[in-house]
Amino acid sequence: MRVNFTVNGRPQEADDVWEGESLLYVLRERLGLPGSKNACEQGECGSCTVRLDGLPVCSCLVAAGQVEGREVVTVEGLADHAGQRACGSDAGGTSLDEAKQWQAEGADSQAGEGVELSPIQQAFIDAGAVQCGFCTPGLLVAADEMLEHNPDPSDADIREALSGNLCRCTGYEKIMDAVRLAAARQSEGV
Amino acid sequence: MPNGVPTKITQGSRTKGGIGESTLRPDGILKVTGEFAYSSDMWHEDMLWGQILRSTVAHAEIVSIDTGEALATPGVYAVMTYDDLPTEVKNYGLEIQDTPVLAHGKVRHHGEPVAIVAADHPETARRAAARIRVEYRELPVITDEASATAPEAPLVHENRTDHHIGHVPHPNIVHRQPIVRGDVAEARGRADVIVRGEYHFGMQDQAFLGPESGLAVPAEDGGVDLYVATQWLHSDLRQIAPVLGLPPEKVRMTLSGVGGAFGGREDLSMQIHACLLALRTGKPVKIVYNRFESFFGHVHRHPAKLYYEHGATREGKLTHVKCRIVLDGGAYASASPAVVGNASSLGVGPYVVDDVDIEAVALYTNNPPCGAMRGFGAVQACFAYEAQMDKVAKELGMDPVEFRQLNAMEQGTLMPTGQPVDSPAPVAELLRRVKAMPMPPERQWESSEGPDVRQLPGGLSNTTHGEGVVRGVGYAVGIKNVGFSEGFDDYSTAKVRMEVIAGEPVATVHTAMAEVGQGGVTVHAQIARTELGVGRVTIQPADTQVGSAGSTSASRQTYLTGGAVKHACELVREEVLDKGRRKFGSYHPAWATAELLLERGKVVTDAGEVLADLVDVLGDEAVELEREWRHRPTEPFDLRTGQGNGHVQYSFAAHRAVVEVDTELGLVKVVELACAQDVGKALNPLSVAGQIQGGTTQGLGIAVMEEIVVDPRTAKVKNPSFTDYLIPTILDTPTIPVDVLELADINAPYGLRGIGEAPTLSSTPAVLAAIRDATGLELNRTPVRPEHLTGT
Amino acid sequence: MDFLRPASWEEALAAKAEHPTAVPIAGGTDVMVEINFDHRRPEYLMDLNRIGELYEWEVGEDSVRLGASVPYTRIMEHLRAELPGLALASHTVASPQIRNRGGVGGNLGTASPAGDAHPALLAAGAEVEAESVRGCRRIPIDAFYTGVKRNALAPDELIRAVHVKKADGPQQYSKVGTRNAMVIAVCAFGLALHPTTRTVRTGIGSAAPTPVRAKAAEDFLNAALEEGGFWDNGRIIAPSVAKQFADLCSAACNPIDDVRGTASYRRHAVGVMARRTLTWTWESYRGTEGAAFRKGGAA
Repeated sequence: MRVNFTVNGRPQEADDVWEGESLLYVLRERLGLPGSKNACEQGECGSCTVRLDGLPVCSCLVAAGQVEGREVVTVEGLADHAGQRACGSDAGGTSLDEAKQWQAEGADSQAGEGVELSPIQQAFIDAGAVQCGFCTPGLLVAADEMLEHNPDPSDADIREALSGNLCRCTGYEKIMDAVRLAAARQSEGV
Repeated sequence: MPNGVPTKITQGSRTKGGIGESTLRPDGILKVTGEFAYSSDMWHEDMLWGQILRSTVAHAEIVSIDTGEALATPGVYAVMTYDDLPTEVKNYGLEIQDTPVLAHGKVRHHGEPVAIVAADHPETARRAAARIRVEYRELPVITDEASATAPEAPLVHENRTDHHIGHVPHPNIVHRQPIVRGDVAEARGRADVIVRGEYHFGMQDQAFLGPESGLAVPAEDGGVDLYVATQWLHSDLRQIAPVLGLPPEKVRMTLSGVGGAFGGREDLSMQIHACLLALRTGKPVKIVYNRFESFFGHVHRHPAKLYYEHGATREGKLTHVKCRIVLDGGAYASASPAVVGNASSLGVGPYVVDDVDIEAVALYTNNPPCGAMRGFGAVQACFAYEAQMDKVAKELGMDPVEFRQLNAMEQGTLMPTGQPVDSPAPVAELLRRVKAMPMPPERQWESSEGPDVRQLPGGLSNTTHGEGVVRGVGYAVGIKNVGFSEGFDDYSTAKVRMEVIAGEPVATVHTAMAEVGQGGVTVHAQIARTELGVGRVTIQPADTQVGSAGSTSASRQTYLTGGAVKHACELVREEVLDKGRRKFGSYHPAWATAELLLERGKVVTDAGEVLADLVDVLGDEAVELEREWRHRPTEPFDLRTGQGNGHVQYSFAAHRAVVEVDTELGLVKVVELACAQDVGKALNPLSVAGQIQGGTTQGLGIAVMEEIVVDPRTAKVKNPSFTDYLIPTILDTPTIPVDVLELADINAPYGLRGIGEAPTLSSTPAVLAAIRDATGLELNRTPVRPEHLTGT
Repeated sequence: MDFLRPASWEEALAAKAEHPTAVPIAGGTDVMVEINFDHRRPEYLMDLNRIGELYEWEVGEDSVRLGASVPYTRIMEHLRAELPGLALASHTVASPQIRNRGGVGGNLGTASPAGDAHPALLAAGAEVEAESVRGCRRIPIDAFYTGVKRNALAPDELIRAVHVKKADGPQQYSKVGTRNAMVIAVCAFGLALHPTTRTVRTGIGSAAPTPVRAKAAEDFLNAALEEGGFWDNGRIIAPSVAKQFADLCSAACNPIDDVRGTASYRRHAVGVMARRTLTWTWESYRGTEGAAFRKGGAA
């Protein structure tokens, strides 16, 4: 079947989709957006979290056909999404070709330098909340959404909002630090 | 204060971003934008999907395999079984090559690979695999020591020829290591109290989030390029190439992004299968396990039965330890022999005990294969000996921390293996520090709006508003070896290049080190900055075009590959200075007389005088070299007495756990899990804290929730999913304050100590001790479940 | 596999009539797991996401008509006053991501004994509005669960809504899991006080082949409260009464040993939760809420 929907502000079309495919599969394997991660495919880890019409959901549990005509924001579009929220600018999105091909190339000491990041993305880097990074995209989408409606969360609020996102590397302490940092920077308007 | 001082750095100390700073990850931006390419993200034009058919029973003869219908499925490009393997080499294994690439005549555990399929869509491949008909004739299952060593026990592996078969008491025992020192019988006579205990440690899964996956691309030269997540590229290569019938240089491996490892990627998973299918079909083949398959696709932490006897004098001095540790290795050897070595040699913990009698064995059974996981044999032992230490203290009426301090090892103590501990061992100090940390406030769940269930046992499930909740506090300390032991030639390799790019001196570091999330790439860049005085460092992707880095295991990579990078950088620096002397030596006498350093892109004297710019010294020539680097050699343990200088370095951590237990429902909330650890030298303090907190949390998991449950009648796994194999969420994980001690080990680069594993050891027994403190229960098994706390 | 995308409720009913094996998918939190793990390959998947009315609710005089797909998050946020037990139960469902997608219709359709909503629905009192091209009917919640993962729906029927009685008194919900978040129930318990009818209702999850009420426990407690005039005098319930109630709740269980917990633990835990939730609800009843009730007269 064919599915048409919007990802990170851009209209996308996926063809020859098998009816049992998840939104996660379509994003990763058909649209060249592998940022949403495939850790459990049973809604238990949150690594595939995306915004579906604004709400954080596990994209592994959304059937591809269910997103027809709907809007999805993935980690690849998070910086633009946050930017739009801050100043109402236009969406950029990640092009299909950019994301599709992987190449082994040297990563210098600040790979990706100059890339525009959302406050929560920057905070995750600064606070040391990233280790293997496999849980990171889902956590970022979930944490960003929480800060959108709860800009001054208590620790218990943060823990509750992120309780659907498993991390195996960090013990969550640096993730807590990162979300606190993003909230603090947000409130200071940094 | 114990012996030892922090390392002092001279070279590069004024260069920004060097060692000792909390520099940020070089892959951080890629990881937060979703651009970082993990092994499951690989994509290639025209690629196929591989699928593995796994056994549905644990132990059976394979009567027949019919692949006809699967092959006839439209979209299927290949179906392969044992009969299709291209060479005489059909097995692989880390130490013992006992693991069939595809089952041959027999399956030995639930989920063993039997056949593989390549098709144009994962669903096509799954459907085709489901159409392969395998007829099994089931055999009795061996599931524990009794069934493994019974007189008529069937052999898991007939006709063993490996190097352990000569010294094991039964062919269903992979390896046995006794360690005997002093005279336990005599020492027992001096003991005023003797405490015995029997402990059970459950099977833990690494539960890394990035599933086993990778992409094999057939090459025009008949070889194959493999992009994969692993812990040790060259070890994989050594096992893969012979099965494919290819010379190693035709199997080119590149490390793709690794979504965590924790030991679970030491063994091969989909590597050979993807290569076989790619070579057979002539097309790129991608394999990605789902979570269900991942539980069968890698080895787990050995479950263990541990029998301990401790003796002590009335004054609180340990007289002796006698113990027997039985590890269930499952159907294939994997890392079992080395796990036995660790469990036995570290079996009494970080204590002074002159009279010891230890025996550790690993069994062959039909349970899931077990091998490496963070802490590697030392974890199981620590759970048991720390429980024993609390029991002895209680028996003596002593404070458990004071009792430990009284018996704590220090620099110079002899291990049960007779090996002296030749660097700082601040065991008593770590305990002192962790005990001195402020206690978390009581009843944090109380608020003006009523109880906050998120901070109570049961959490969001709303099971208590304070009823039945009792606080408990527990302590534990552990000892872990660093690096590969027992005479293994443990080394790493680094290639370092220095050149001018765009008017700036740039260092390039190329190693085969598997970055699995630990931050090795961050540290390599820091080392290069410190040693070469440059700002800009490029870390090349890890691949097999450079020499082996050894495994990202055993807390060894900062020591070993960090050491190799340091060593290569030092040699590059000498060459650069020689170049400078040749070019500019005649202009300034200090080139010949002063100690020269590279700082901030310049050659300077130790007094700080600038002699030249690196840009001018290098000109348009690059300096590059590749070198291997080794830690001090170790020796094997004597097979009869266990004596020998088997380990190169030890790592110590202590924990204090504060828990609140709902004693009526048996639910536990860990309130705080404080850790003190000696790290020798914190090359990157932020990463050090992250390692300690992450390791601590994995220890918490095995304490209260994590266990792979195997049916003892069928040897089948009952909970291969994240629905029923639970790992801690952020609501289960407490604050983890960390106190880092830096006492240099003068034998190690920068005085550092491998740190990744030690926190996983003491975390579990500390939590168990705290639960015992809250409930008064004995609790001899981990994980502790609500049933155990409620007696139901 | 075919993917059906009805645009309206009528289209959905027609499709279900034509393809009774079609598996409805709304939140996907059960169905997609089964598809991802290759446990299920339905001939037809029928997407209910495009039927807006399933996401709506109406608060009526006595009950709330809750669309089958109203996500748990919305129940937590908007129906805490009307459906406190269900709101508490909703808060224990899996994770925020799952609560944004899953709804009570899915819990009822799957009819797993471990579904989090069931004990709350049983305790509050509810009717399932089921419909097919043949017509509409309301199935009392007590008659809905017919076996392990089986319910009273006919093959051509779909769940349109649930009519849940509005709370007329305090309600509570507890669930035991071996993790502090994102966990499937080892067992669960719902309790609702109904001061207007002077009755207590219960619901037990994951401790029998189906969700069940502890009817003997309810009868016992109803009688004890009535005899002692508790509804009027608001006195503290004696520990012996609470214990008897808890024991009878335990006795209503018919659990199994499985990887999540033992049968005897489940029985034990249901008893503990019964006692605690009774204490919490009764304390609440005795407090401001109950005082208003008693003053308003329980005529």
